[in-house]
Amino acid sequence: MSIIADKINYTYDKGSGQETYALKNVSFAIEDGEFIGLIGHTGSGKSTLIQHLNGLVKATTGTIYYNGQDIYDPEYDMRTLRNHVGLVFQYPEHQLFETDIFKDVCFGPLNQGLSKKDAEFRAFEALRQVGLEENLYYQSPFELSGGQKRRVAIAGVLAMKPDVLILDEPTAGLDPRGRDEILDYLAKLHADTGITVILVSHSMEDVAKYVGRIMVMNHGELLYDDEPKKVFTHYKELEAVGLAAPQVTYLMAELRKRGMNVPLDVTTVEEAREELLKVIR
Amino acid sequence: MIRDITIGQYYQTDSVIHKLDPRVKLAGTVIFLISLFIGKSVPLYLFAAMFLAAMIKISKVPFRFIVKGLKAVLFILIFSAVFNLFLTPGTPVVTLWRLTITWEGIVTALYMIFRLLMLIIGSSLLTLTTTPNNLTDGLEKSLGFLKIFRVPVHEVAMMMSIALRFIPILIEETDKIMKAQTARGADFDHGNIIQRAKAMVPLLVPLFISAFRRANDLAMAMEARCYRGGSGRTKMKPLKYKKRDIMAYAILFVYLAAMICISRI
Repeated sequence: MSIIADKINYTYDKGSGQETYALKNVSFAIEDGEFIGLIGHTGSGKSTLIQHLNGLVKATTGTIYYNGQDIYDPEYDMRTLRNHVGLVFQYPEHQLFETDIFKDVCFGPLNQGLSKKDAEFRAFEALRQVGLEENLYYQSPFELSGGQKRRVAIAGVLAMKPDVLILDEPTAGLDPRGRDEILDYLAKLHADTGITVILVSHSMEDVAKYVGRIMVMNHGELLYDDEPKKVFTHYKELEAVGLAAPQVTYLMAELRKRGMNVPLDVTTVEEAREELLKVIR
Repeated sequence: MIRDITIGQYYQTDSVIHKLDPRVKLAGTVIFLISLFIGKSVPLYLFAAMFLAAMIKISKVPFRFIVKGLKAVLFILIFSAVFNLFLTPGTPVVTLWRLTITWEGIVTALYMIFRLLMLIIGSSLLTLTTTPNNLTDGLEKSLGFLKIFRVPVHEVAMMMSIALRFIPILIEETDKIMKAQTARGADFDHGNIIQRAKAMVPLLVPLFISAFRRANDLAMAMEARCYRGGSGRTKMKPLKYKKRDIMAYAILFVYLAAMICISRI
């Protein structure tokens, strides 16, 4: 069970003379159960990349293999791929359309061909997973707060029981509390079910705290693909492409410059606390 | 697929036609359209086509780009040609089952296609060379006399420019929502007409909601900047005729006069 991207290229305006590369020679392999952070500046191609992973956009050249099968094979059924790879778009609350929340979450499972009973069971499960209060289930989705709507929309994809869950900036436009709730919930989901999660984000703090692997995109190319600690040691290069390391990493670098013997590969506040206590004692 | 729509698009380049006052271009388009209905003869249409070709050449808009926009109206062209071909009475040429193609039918169909093509290319040249903002400015100024009859010219022009501005945004939004619903297993291309119409609900409801949301945001932003409509409003770049605009008017009238002369021959 894995996703393998083999040298995918994607170009806009093919044959008009002024081709633009949205993706350039991107290759990687994603194993089952990984928690990956995909980061990059606006226009770096990260949204285009994730749309390739469930077949919404077809690569100009190169191939993607899901579980060893070539998804561009004419015999391959894209709908099965979409059942396995769930994609939550940016501002997913903008796609809610049903008269009540419960029906909206049922939309995905019903499209998968499940019976009404099974779909409702799935919807119930997914809504409980995202922690939405039960008295809201039969309200119109348009009466909820922004954070609640977002959770309903994520439940709409979760109810399809994907093996891989991709989220494009799931915390964009939320307040700090709403952001933490969603990220904690995703971490819990990943720990409990072993689902593969790919999180597109521009917040280094979020990514450093939760994920086990970071992929950095720049101008359509895969710049780094490694553990967070190793990626963030390149903070100078990251700055050059309009990104940054978590703030604590900078703090540690500055402390070291002033003569404190602290390690440089610290990415979360908790780690920093321990390292600092070690030095002070 | 949705992105292929080029009708009403603006083509950015630097040419004399782009720089002309929008009022001249509006008048030019109207004069050109009227000139096509002066008469029906080969030399007349030939002259109009030459004039249009010259304008396209001066505007520096690639001909291929214009043709691309014609794809959308191909159906109308074929439709009207076929009807003219079969339904014009006159001397029969070929008889297919109950339908008769007449000599007059062929001639009328050809004229019809030619006239429609010229109409469409001529008017799309206006939008290709004029930004929506300029176009509405020009309209507002040209129709300013209607204010005497209490027609809210400024407001209508403003609505028009907002509507034009929203077209690309809504196209992009449609594309996005379509993808999001496809990712949730929605199917827009299969099934019979009723199933397809039902499949549009998950697309149309979010699209309408987002259009209303955007309109609301825009109204708020305009109000926050104290927008109050037309009365007393001044322009940063008021429209002013320059020498080239007067020359363009002269050329237009020479063209119209020539067309009238040719039609009298």
